[in-house]
Amino acid sequence: MRLSRSLRAAALAAAIGLSAALPTHADEQFFPLQSYRVGPYAAGGTGFFGGFIDYLNLINIRDGGVGGVKLTWEEGETQYEVERGVEVYERLKSHPGVAAWNPLSVGIAYAMIDRIAKDKVPLITINHGRTDSTDGRVFPYVFPLLLNPYSETSGIVNYIASREGGADKLKGKKIVVLYHGSPYGKETIPIYKLLADKYGFSLGQIEVPHPGNEQQSQWLSIRRAKPDYVVLRGWGVMNPVALKTAQKVGFPVDHIIGNVWSNSEEDVIPAGDAAKGYVAITTQASGAEYPVLQEIIKTVYGAGKGNLDDKKRIGSVYHNLGIVNGILNVEAIRIAQRKFGQRTLTGDEVRWGFEHLQLDPARVQALGAKGLFHSINVTWDNHEGDGRVTFQQWDGTKWKVVSDWIAPDWAFLRPIIEKSAAAYAAEHNTKVRTSDETPVSQ
Amino acid sequence: MFDYQFFVEVLVGGLLSGVMYSLVAIGFVLIYKTSGILNFAQGAMLLFAALTFVSLVERGVPFWLSLSATLMIMVGLGITVERTVLRPLVNQSPMTLFMATLGLSYVIEGAAQLLWGTQVHGLDLGIDDVPFELGGVLISRFDLFAAAIAGALVTAFALFFRYTRTGLAFRAVADDQFAALAVGLRLSRVWAAVWTAAGIVALVAGLLWGARLGVQFSLSLVVLKALPVLVLGGFDSVAGAIVGGLLIGAIEKLAEVYIGPFVGGGIEAWAAYVVALGFLLVRPSGLFGQRLVERA
Repeated sequence: MRLSRSLRAAALAAAIGLSAALPTHADEQFFPLQSYRVGPYAAGGTGFFGGFIDYLNLINIRDGGVGGVKLTWEEGETQYEVERGVEVYERLKSHPGVAAWNPLSVGIAYAMIDRIAKDKVPLITINHGRTDSTDGRVFPYVFPLLLNPYSETSGIVNYIASREGGADKLKGKKIVVLYHGSPYGKETIPIYKLLADKYGFSLGQIEVPHPGNEQQSQWLSIRRAKPDYVVLRGWGVMNPVALKTAQKVGFPVDHIIGNVWSNSEEDVIPAGDAAKGYVAITTQASGAEYPVLQEIIKTVYGAGKGNLDDKKRIGSVYHNLGIVNGILNVEAIRIAQRKFGQRTLTGDEVRWGFEHLQLDPARVQALGAKGLFHSINVTWDNHEGDGRVTFQQWDGTKWKVVSDWIAPDWAFLRPIIEKSAAAYAAEHNTKVRTSDETPVSQ
Repeated sequence: MFDYQFFVEVLVGGLLSGVMYSLVAIGFVLIYKTSGILNFAQGAMLLFAALTFVSLVERGVPFWLSLSATLMIMVGLGITVERTVLRPLVNQSPMTLFMATLGLSYVIEGAAQLLWGTQVHGLDLGIDDVPFELGGVLISRFDLFAAAIAGALVTAFALFFRYTRTGLAFRAVADDQFAALAVGLRLSRVWAAVWTAAGIVALVAGLLWGARLGVQFSLSLVVLKALPVLVLGGFDSVAGAIVGGLLIGAIEKLAEVYIGPFVGGGIEAWAAYVVALGFLLVRPSGLFGQRLVERA
């Protein structure tokens, strides 16, 4: 009896909570969130989705939504597992007014590519995903915003060149790439080879088996090879273990350059002092000094609606990535509303907004994000948008930016991307767009 | 020309890594030896112990008090597992008990995250992991410390089993459960004690692995390192866990360095299982495991 009363009370509370989370607005733009707040990757998931939701909340509280259209969302827990991500997709795709999908998971994103093309809703893979999905002619609904894996690779090599005094100084240098033993880790193997040929540096690529909690043999091999730099293309526990093992074999930590999934506080804090001086690439600076973050602290957390339980995480790498992702999603809707009207847009209309997402440094400043990220220039055939990268160094307590904004070598990369996209199109019998004048579904 | 110094360096590194695998394996052995259960929840217990300890320290609780409190919590966990999971399943098949520990591992992992959150933590035990050189070979101070702790733990268990009444009861139950019951030993009490001991091993292993990897969810995955060690050394032998750990550590490192480059690298994780599988075919009970003799 008592149990059934408790169950009824819990069901009532859940119903009240759900109705609060999903206001029944006529005009609402809905974000289905395939989040991961438990499981092995929860630290990254809570930061990213926390930042994303914080920015959506800011727009709702401060501006009353985008053009009067409220932003709503619902989370489905995936634990970073592909099958759960697909299940959440199937469950939430019928909700009215779906704007875009933002899974922050390579595996889930890959599993969704055919589905979102059929359902005509954009899939945002900020800083990750298939490199060739940059080619919007073949992948009209996929947007690896700011940075694809090849641009990341080129950005890292350009940064190393700048430290050595120019690209010509790379000749004769030795670089070892330590990569995670997964499709994600292996994605950049060919582009590193091409860049090594182009610049004349010698290259070693060493795999670390998943999950990467043991790397003694790899680092002993690195010690023997005596490289000038090690690029860490890691994920999860592999990153702090790499830094600790590097210390164990005496490799200088400031000559280890981390990729975009080896650049968070969660990657360095467990390594303790071994991480002091470590450098990693990023598309968005960390820290809470930017006006947009100050507004979030004042308006969202001030109203008790902040998403992070631990306020110390405001301004962390994953939180800021979530905020930048929020800015890009909201601005795409704003741009699309200018063309289609201030109402709930279809997924295809939002796709059009993403294909015209051009935020120059002046617009980024107006959004309160100057210094947080540089700019973006998405077009119908370039879905990455020429994002710039910067490099940050861990000082033991926080990340400090140590480079200017660096541009990857897009001219060198584009033909490679187009070739790969063309092969995908041929294999999947996909129609290749020849202009941006595709009819938009309303 | 073959670089002998490098070979020794890889070998020593492998042996020291193997000690870390042994630490996890010992927890399995204790429970298997007395109850015949392969406790899949050992990794989750390790995570729970390390997360509890580091969360207390981060909340300002002094180191030794945190250690004592975590120890008490692990004792409580051991007793709770015996009361709520094992006792109701007494006389069930080994597969049922194994599945129960599988479920238990998810419950413990979930409880750990629910109680202490999902954040990643650093754990500093005050031992610098700066290497020192011995005859041109770099040796990790931390790994040596871990080896000393493992040695002390095994010695303590050996003394405990040999010279205490509870230890004697452990051995009796391990030899023959029905005979032990017949002479008046209370099986439930022995099981509670052995799960407590496994909890203590989980705490020690959790602190050492946590200092190496950081205290995070993936700590529970270190059980995967213990399984080939158990196959090689034997599921019911503490000595086997030590020797198996050393062998697996050395073999996987040497395989990665000397065979890996010819097959694309990244082989050490499964090289250990290849060795374990081969051993299983030749000697199913492992190097030191008790041979099972069944009469028709």
